[in-house]
Formats: sequence, structure tokens, C-alpha cells
Amino acid sequence: MSPSVVLVTGASRFVGGQLAVRLAADPEIDRVLAVDTVPPAPELMRRMGRAEFGRADLRNPLIAKVISTAKVDTVVHASTSANPPDAGGYRSGRSTIKEMNVIGTMQLLAACQKSTTVTRLIMKSTGAVYGASPLDQAMFTELDEPHAIPASGYAKDAVEVEGYIRGFARRRDDVDVTVLRFANLIGPRVDTVLTRYLSLPVVPTVLGYDGRLQLLHEQDALAVLERATQAGIPGVFNVGGDGVLLVSQAIRRLGRIPLPIPGPAVDAVGRLLHSAALIDYAPEQTRFLNFGRVLDTTRLHTEFGYLPRWTTSQAFDDFARGAALRPRVDPRWIATAERGVLSLAGRFR
Amino acid sequence: MPQARVIPLHRPGGAATGSGLPAGPSTAAAVDEGHDQVEPQWYRELAGLLAFARRRCSGDYGVDEFGYDPDLTDHVLLPLLRPLYRTWFRVETVGIHHLPLDGGALVVANHSGTLPLDAVMTAIAVRDEHPAGRHLRMLGADLVFRTPLLGSLARKSGQTLACVPDAERLLASGELVGVWPEGFKGLGKRYRDRYKLQRFGRGGFVAAALRTQTMIIPCSIVGAEEIYPMIGDITPMARLLRTPYFPVTPLFPLLGPLGMIPLPSKWYIEFGKPVRTDCYQRGSADDPMLVFNLTDQIRETIQQTLHRLLIQRRNPFLG
Repeated sequence: MSPSVVLVTGASRFVGGQLAVRLAADPEIDRVLAVDTVPPAPELMRRMGRAEFGRADLRNPLIAKVISTAKVDTVVHASTSANPPDAGGYRSGRSTIKEMNVIGTMQLLAACQKSTTVTRLIMKSTGAVYGASPLDQAMFTELDEPHAIPASGYAKDAVEVEGYIRGFARRRDDVDVTVLRFANLIGPRVDTVLTRYLSLPVVPTVLGYDGRLQLLHEQDALAVLERATQAGIPGVFNVGGDGVLLVSQAIRRLGRIPLPIPGPAVDAVGRLLHSAALIDYAPEQTRFLNFGRVLDTTRLHTEFGYLPRWTTSQAFDDFARGAALRPRVDPRWIATAERGVLSLAGRFR
Repeated sequence: MPQARVIPLHRPGGAATGSGLPAGPSTAAAVDEGHDQVEPQWYRELAGLLAFARRRCSGDYGVDEFGYDPDLTDHVLLPLLRPLYRTWFRVETVGIHHLPLDGGALVVANHSGTLPLDAVMTAIAVRDEHPAGRHLRMLGADLVFRTPLLGSLARKSGQTLACVPDAERLLASGELVGVWPEGFKGLGKRYRDRYKLQRFGRGGFVAAALRTQTMIIPCSIVGAEEIYPMIGDITPMARLLRTPYFPVTPLFPLLGPLGMIPLPSKWYIEFGKPVRTDCYQRGSADDPMLVFNLTDQIRETIQQTLHRLLIQRRNPFLG
């Protein structure tokens, strides 16, 4: 059954905005409402076409009014994020981010619970809810619990948000709830903590650790959200590309130079880079880069019925091409050096 | 940029994939089969080495979900450790034909020697002596994965954390899995207790094999007990370093780093007859009595094989 009125949160950001663009292009859907605290960029606004943008702060009960007056039947909550948008050049602090994620979700769920029209709720969550630790099994299924519950940052927000979603699903069992746990998004257009980190000319890593990265191409993420919105498949699903890349391997593929930092100095260097506004540093991200995280996507393939079109390495290479980063170590130099040595050696054989 | 490549979720049959990585166009010509007569050996080796260096520098290699890097393992780690296997310990492997050519199987072995060199030697034995050249995927203690350098190296060499989900996932995807159920109790036992098997964990490995219907292959390793004969344990040091023990051997810590050279004992690795688990019905993994009995049976087989090998051996160092 196709929805008739869809509400998308986080419309000025990549996932929410692009999803609104896709849903607006679907003739089966009568109305697409897109909300966020700041208006989307003019270019995005233009591409959204018939989707209606409303400036609404989720932390404000106003959202309930939007849902009831428009008779929204499907809510896509895509606004939770590790790095909310820069509002007029002002970098939102961690407490604002947390409030937007957690309090915003609570308000939205409160509105949904009161609503008589909402029948479907789709939540963009993250694999970060599994944490990252050396005591973890290699791959997480949807039923696994984290060994170390994330103690801070976005991962903690995501755990709390999922807790509220579970509570909501219990109280309103007539609403189909889909929770999508995304692996790290990557692609030529999406801007995340990870893409910013990998774009540094010299990439600091922790000496002696090499996490496994599972990535999700931005287009796959949007396609999964779109499918969940249109078809309504309740449940919790891990979403990620096949295969993994090691952090060191990813850095080499980009032609960046890794800078291994001994464990005890990591915190100081991280803070320094953070205050220089080069990266968003948080201890939880170091843990992720050290140990990595891989999601078992069997349920996505079988129950949800979606096969990601990009594997992790294909998605990564698409990001590398699209981001047009000038490699510090050009693969052509390496190939040239290899041919040079071989031809030199060839004279002596 | 290097071409994007699909890394299969499950390596089919766990066959040798070491050299399965495509070489670039520049080296493909150099190591072309047709040029075998023309190219001298050293030239081909140089070309291979350069191709390897290029792959490493540009990140053009495959890693599986467990972090296993066959390219690195085959071209760097195994060649570094092989002299230890061939010349230092002169390992003799018996019964390698008991390992299946493909499909999942669980190798269960005794653990000893203060440092887990027995696991490393078993992996080389399987890779080098087995007709299909299979890779042994080992299950390691959490201490390994917590330790910097060692942890990431362990993952790259095909190890993963000893836990039921990982064991089952590897076995179900047709890998040859190695497990040392005695853990630190076996590894860190005193020299006077040598070749006395310790408790075999909680039988989790048997349950994993039962659930995946894969065979269990008992493996007995003789020689590892003598490499670092542990005569004492400095507990305060161990507590300080957060290790299970701090060994005292006749040479360590007396000779410092020199004392870390393992004694050149003569090794025997014997793979026993496989114990089949596909004759039990589904759900039998939840029968604790069966799991205990099978665990005991395998433990007994290994202990008896150890006794037999020890009787045959005249001298720990000469064999």
C-alpha cells in the first residue's frame, strides 16, 4: 500500500532532502511534507519540486499540529545525525546536537502517538548502536546487543532514540515501525564525519589498530528509505554494503598519508585537531576507527528484499572519484616506479 | 584509481585465494606463463615483489568481514615464520589427509608453550602440507584483540575472537577453523605439568560444530611445551601488564631479550581421525550431556595421541 501524505524530517540535510526529492517524484504519493530547522539550499529546494517545505523545530510541539492538519500517514524520521547543519556559520555544540536528536525524536513520537492518521513510521538509525569494541563478534545481527553500550556522542543518542522508538512501537502496535541501522554513509555527495576525516591530507590513525569499515553508498541508503516508505516493511534492519575495507586500506586507496599516533597521545592530538576545526573528534569515533564494525545484512537481503547496488569498496571508490581529492601519493607514480625498476632489471637478465 | 572489485561475502569453499588477486596490467606481462622459459627466476620474483608492493601502496587488495588479508598473510607473515617451522622446530606433520579438501571443519588442538607459537605452526602446517593449501582460520583470546599491533595483525592473519557467533559463521561459510580450547590455562601451565591437558573450556566449540554439522578434527602438538619451559610466574608483573601470567623460564627474564628466543625443540603435529557431527539430529547442540561427552571424547583422543607421540619421541630436541 502506497502512502498518501508523507512527512520527512531533516529536509535540509543530505538524506532527508534527497529522500524528499525522490518521494516528490513518485506520483502515487499525494503530498510530501519536508521539515527542518533551517531551509534547504536553494538548489535542493528547487529539486524537491512539489514537496512542501516547512520550517519546524522538532523540539517544539508545533510538529504535532503539522501532522494533524496535513493528515500525515507516514513519517520518515531522517534528521538524527552526528553533525547537524551549520546554522549561519555557527557550529552547533554537542549539547544542541543531543537535544535535536533525542528531544526532537521524543516530540515527534509524542505527536505520532496522539495522531489518528499515522500508520507507518520509518526511522533512520545507525549501526553505531552496536558500539565498537575488541570483544565484539565480527558481524552484528539485528538481535545482537552491544558489549559496551556507547557512553557518549551520537552513538549514545542513537541508542536512546531507538529505546524511545521501541516504547512507541509497544504503545501503538497498530503503527508499522521500520528501524534502519545504516552503516557509515559514503558517496560523492554526502558529507559525514568519516568523509571529512578521510579528506584530511595527512590522516591521523591510532598506532597498532586498524578497524574494519563497512560502508553504505548514499544512493543505496536513499533507495532503502524510499522502499521502506513506499512498501512499509516493519522490523529492524541492518543496512550496509557487502565486504569491508580496513581503515589503512581506505587511506591508501585515497592516496592519503596515514599518521599513526601512539595510543596515549591520541586524545591530545584529537582535541587539537578538533579545536582547529579540522575534524569532529570524539572518543567513540576513535574506538570505531580502531576496531571497526560490520553489520550482517542477511535480513535486509531476505526479509526486506533489497540488495545494495554498491559493495563497500565500490562505494568507497565512487566517493574517491566524486570527491576529486588530489591524491598525495598518486597511484600512477607507483605504477611508473614499478615499470621503471622492472625495465632496469630487465637489462640484466 | 584501481578498479572497484566485489569482495564475496563468503569465500567459496575456502579455497586458496592467496594469489587470486588480479595483478595489474604492467606485471601481467612480466609474469605471463608463456614467458616462463625466457624470464629467469629472480626476475619473476622481483616482478612479483613489485606487484605486491604496488598493491599494498594503493590499497588494492581484498579483506574479508573478519579482517583477514590473504595477500599480506601469504606474502609477508607466512614467509617470515616459515624458517621457524622448517629449520628451527623441524615440524613433522602427520595425518594431514584427515583435513577435508573443502568445506567447513573444526581443528581442535592442545595449547602450550607460554606464547601461542603452536597455533602459528599449525596454521603453517595446514597451509604448506595440505594438498589444497587451505588457510586455517584461528579463534583467539580477547587479550589478543585488545593489544595494539598484535590485535590488528591477528585479524589480518585470519584470526578472530573466540566466540560462538564467529565460530559458527566461519564454519557455516566452509572455512577450516582452528581452536585451542584450553586457552591460557594450557598456554601458561608450568613445565612440570607438560602434556597434561587442562579443562576444555565450556564445550562451546563442540556446540558450534554440532550446530553447523561440521566435523571436528583432534590435533595433537608435541614439542611446543619445551620452547619456553615455564618454571615460575611473577604475578605482580602480570598484574601490572594485565596479562594472565608473567613467565619465568630458565633464560627469561635472566637473559633479557635473548631469553625470548624459543628453544629449538623438535615438533610433531598429528591430525587425528575426524569426529563427525552430522549424524546427530538438529538441535542436539542444546543437549548439554551430548556436548560434554563429545568434548571429553575429543580431549581423550588428543591426550592419548600425545602420550603415544611422547613415547615414540626419544629426545625433546632431537626427536
